[in-house]
Amino acid sequence: MILARAPQPLVQLDGIVKRFGAFTANDGVALTVNAGEIHALLGENGAGKSTLVKILFGLLQPDAGSILWQGKPVRIPHPEAARALGIAMVFQHFSLFENLSVLENLALGLPGRKADAALSRDAAVLARRYGLALDPAASVWSLSAGERQRIEIIRALLQQPKLLVLDEPTSVLTPQEAEGLFTTLEQLAADGASVLFISHKLDEVRRLCSAATILRGGKLVAHADPRRETSRSLAALMVGSDVTEVRRETRAQGKETVTVLEISSLGAPSPDVHGVALRDVSLKVAAGEIIAIAGVAGGGQTELFAALSGEANRVSTGTIRLLGRNITQASITARRDAGAAFVPEERLGQATLPRATLSDNLVLSLPRVDSASRLGWLDRKGLRERLSAVVSAFDVRGSGADPEARRLSGGNLQKYVIGREILRQPKLLVVNQPTWGVDAAATQNIRLALMQLAEAGAAVVVISQDLDEVFAIADRIAVMRAGRLTEARPTAAVTREDVGLLMTEGVVETHGGQRDAA
Amino acid sequence: MRLDLLPRDDVSRLREWLTPVVAFGVALIIGGVIVWLMGRSPVRAFQVYVTEPLSQGWAVQEILLKATPLMLIGIGLAFCYRADRWNIGAEGQFVIGGLCGGGVAVLTHGSGAWWVLPLMLMAGIAGGMLWAAIPASLRNRLGVSEILTSLMLVYMAQLLLDYMVRGPWRDPKAFNFPQSVMFDPAATLPPLLAGGRVHWGLVFALVAALAAWIVLNRTLLGFGIRALGEAPRSARFGGFNERRITLVVFLMSGGLAGLAGVAEVAGQIGQLQPSISPGYGFTAIIVAFLGRLSAPGIVLASLVMAMILIGAENAQIALKLPLDLARVFQGVLLFCLLGGEALTRHRVVLGRG
Amino acid sequence: MAFWLLVTLTIITAATPLLLAALGEHVTERAGVLNLGVEGMMIVGAAAAFAVAILTGSSILAILAGLSAGMVLAALFALFAVGLAANQVAAGLALTIFGTGLANLIGAGFIGMKRETIPSLWIPGLTELPVLGKLLFGQDPFVYASLALAVGIAWWLRATRGGLVLTGIGENHASAHALGHDVRRLRVLAVLFGGACAGLGGAYLSLVYTPFWSPGMTAGRGWIALAIVVFAGGRVWRLLLGAYLFGAMNVLQLHAQAGGIGLPSQLLSAIPYLATILALVALALRDRRRQSAVGSLGQPFIPDR
Repeated sequence: MILARAPQPLVQLDGIVKRFGAFTANDGVALTVNAGEIHALLGENGAGKSTLVKILFGLLQPDAGSILWQGKPVRIPHPEAARALGIAMVFQHFSLFENLSVLENLALGLPGRKADAALSRDAAVLARRYGLALDPAASVWSLSAGERQRIEIIRALLQQPKLLVLDEPTSVLTPQEAEGLFTTLEQLAADGASVLFISHKLDEVRRLCSAATILRGGKLVAHADPRRETSRSLAALMVGSDVTEVRRETRAQGKETVTVLEISSLGAPSPDVHGVALRDVSLKVAAGEIIAIAGVAGGGQTELFAALSGEANRVSTGTIRLLGRNITQASITARRDAGAAFVPEERLGQATLPRATLSDNLVLSLPRVDSASRLGWLDRKGLRERLSAVVSAFDVRGSGADPEARRLSGGNLQKYVIGREILRQPKLLVVNQPTWGVDAAATQNIRLALMQLAEAGAAVVVISQDLDEVFAIADRIAVMRAGRLTEARPTAAVTREDVGLLMTEGVVETHGGQRDAA
Repeated sequence: MRLDLLPRDDVSRLREWLTPVVAFGVALIIGGVIVWLMGRSPVRAFQVYVTEPLSQGWAVQEILLKATPLMLIGIGLAFCYRADRWNIGAEGQFVIGGLCGGGVAVLTHGSGAWWVLPLMLMAGIAGGMLWAAIPASLRNRLGVSEILTSLMLVYMAQLLLDYMVRGPWRDPKAFNFPQSVMFDPAATLPPLLAGGRVHWGLVFALVAALAAWIVLNRTLLGFGIRALGEAPRSARFGGFNERRITLVVFLMSGGLAGLAGVAEVAGQIGQLQPSISPGYGFTAIIVAFLGRLSAPGIVLASLVMAMILIGAENAQIALKLPLDLARVFQGVLLFCLLGGEALTRHRVVLGRG
Repeated sequence: MAFWLLVTLTIITAATPLLLAALGEHVTERAGVLNLGVEGMMIVGAAAAFAVAILTGSSILAILAGLSAGMVLAALFALFAVGLAANQVAAGLALTIFGTGLANLIGAGFIGMKRETIPSLWIPGLTELPVLGKLLFGQDPFVYASLALAVGIAWWLRATRGGLVLTGIGENHASAHALGHDVRRLRVLAVLFGGACAGLGGAYLSLVYTPFWSPGMTAGRGWIALAIVVFAGGRVWRLLLGAYLFGAMNVLQLHAQAGGIGLPSQLLSAIPYLATILALVALALRDRRRQSAVGSLGQPFIPDR
């Protein structure tokens, strides 16, 4: 349906500046979205995309710049004002209420609505039209990430928006779920609404969007038509230079190697009503091998990490062996002593104490008798020496010699956390979401470091929701869903579609109804 | 009108240390306004509350005497509060410490043996620890909020003391007065200087302060306490046992409060009475915050707070100002400290909207 | 029969101040704010109400004074705990310490004075009915108010949009903010409501329960009200049950002391406090695996600007 008509700008942002203290998140950014168009806002983590859309939705106030809505200048002081204009938003970290029902969650986002039968009917109408099935009585905590996103989308659509903004909507979805979302969005655009689609995934932007605005470091880099660009050219615009993607060479198979980690039939009850119970998880990881565990959020990855690290000892059945030693009931410190190292998903508040210096933060991952402390005394000098080793080996950049953890950027802090563990020369490294929210350059550095660690003979387990990452670095891939882990298969032997299916369906039923999950 | 908080990028150490000083100054000004509203001269009140206690020899001695329990309890509380464990029942732990230590003195009355005093001190510490172990264990095992349980135990400790001095441990020769026998010399904490009133409790307090400083800043345990308080997930990731640290900080806090209690009855009161504390356990909460939960800070803060308490006693006579004004001032001071903390970490912007 | 009627009537009077304070704190905590200053707000309410009652002779003004005194203290708490995002536990303690001192300053001039209690309802015919008459139609206005408030709050939280928004703010303040709800404004209102209720509970103590002023007359009732809120676990009917159970405990212990059943009076006096601990323990044993109801409780909220 190519009609020869001049595009009608729906919203025009111009010269937008937003500062947080000394940091400029948006520096003279311009963005125009036309009516009925699916527009991509592209950029790396930290490029200023989220700040810009928060300004558009009235959650942040710009320090300078103008907003035109259908040609008229407007101020958007709060989200009600944005809603009144016809802007609806689907947040990256969902703005949902875990303990409330779907219906109550819908009502909370709609001015003047109550969680009643009328709302339920309205939601059902939209759900049928766009294929977004939902049970209005269900509690949010019991829903998958994909279902949660449906609540957000229905809530947005109930406002009959002229502009729907989606912040990184596919980051929590399986490839199949993402495809479903694209169909919904295309249908919406066909109905005349505009969509602002924020992403850093180039393939899906090229697949879906007819215009793109690209940000880098808070500045506007380019307007482009993604369908006329290659992924490579878009990446160059987004990152600023050619970042060579690191990719794992296929390793020779069948070589006799030592088994470092052996998990057999592991079971653990759910830590709380919102968690996931681990069921019958088995996995063997050999020295020199990188195993990736893929899956959408809430599949039990957090719980698996906790069981492997020993942070929370709730394992009820099965065993974990590290180099043959049974560590099922061992504390995290004992596991570290035995040669394991761990990188958890939260950088601040789990991997590090936000207000402690980097040298003090080394203490968190050092076994008691290591250089951090002798007989319970902190060895500050030793810690500082060790820190300078981490900083120089992993190119950690921050202000001052020994800054507080919260002062580092996401990428630098993650390099520090990974470096802290790798310098301990572990025999096993378990990493949860190694490059979540990290810029492209640091991402490549981190992936390279993990590969080098494996080259040096360590076993590496990478838990990741990022399928690109999984395919770039893993020797074998397993999928986690609903607390179960599929058999790990060689990377070369599976496709993204296979993995995507496993992420959605979980266990594949084979003949005789037997599960093929090991 | 709205009030927005913008985080400050960097806060200098000087600024952090000036915060309590400025907060104290602001609290003094507010206190002055209250005094003025009550129809007295704020200048005269400042003299009675601050200048006079600092300029008279006997008053300095009284300050040290009152600072002793505040210091001991405050240091214990710093362990708890740094670990984000809200022990607000130090008053009860203090009372039980006094009761247990005093009980030893009552039961060994007349023996005069050398071991009586050490045994009293140990009994006091053990009693305080036991009383503090209750909220700690209930939290560790059942997840019961330590705030409410530790406070309920204050009332129970006071009633227990009341029962003991009116019942089993009442001095039969005291004409039915609710009090125990006067302790033997062997059951009395000797004064630091002959003839003076300041007793060895002050030395205990200073030693405790030094030890606390070392533990909090130089040991793995101190790091674990800090980690638990700042980010419990980090503490777990670091292999620190949350429950063990909870119990340890409560035991330290209860033990020090208990020691303060027994030092008070053995060094200052000399017998058991239905009430052995004018609320030291609660005042020490303010002391802990005024001292920014650091040992040197708490030593200073306990002296300052003791000065205010002495001033309040003097003001009662000199200005006919009620003793409770000190309470009001303490509340104001804690608010000022919290406000100061907020303003150190954030810039406040008033805007419309 | 007459004796048990009397006991029931005194239980109602003992439970009413607890219920009032607990209802207020319930609403405050639903909004995600933990105000430990209930004891302070209550005792200032008691002192202010009694002082105004003596000075003006008007019970209505006295009740209003108690209510507004609680609100003024709550406003102070809100300024720090909500406005400046200070630690809520510490701010609540500061409020209790401040309130205890302030109440004694206010009440100092009124120690030893006495006053008629606020009259109870008297409907000729109905109140004279045997047994039920006095129970249903012979209470003081606070009792009816507290029960009406309980029903009203339960309904409001369950059935209105305002109640849903308040619950949402307590459940997840970041989400509520992202959806455009003014988290801090609503929290301030919830804190003020809690203060008004606590002040009312205090006024009841000094105007009806024991119609005179004495220092420390709340005797930990504010803390017990906090425990009742924990015990209720988000359900108003359990709030009611908790308040009446504690009221009963208090009355029975007083009767036991008066009746001289041979136990030390201190032990009997300790029963409400011991019962509070035991109630919390029993609740914890029962709900071991249940998630606490309010997601953002006690956490300060600072929106980006």
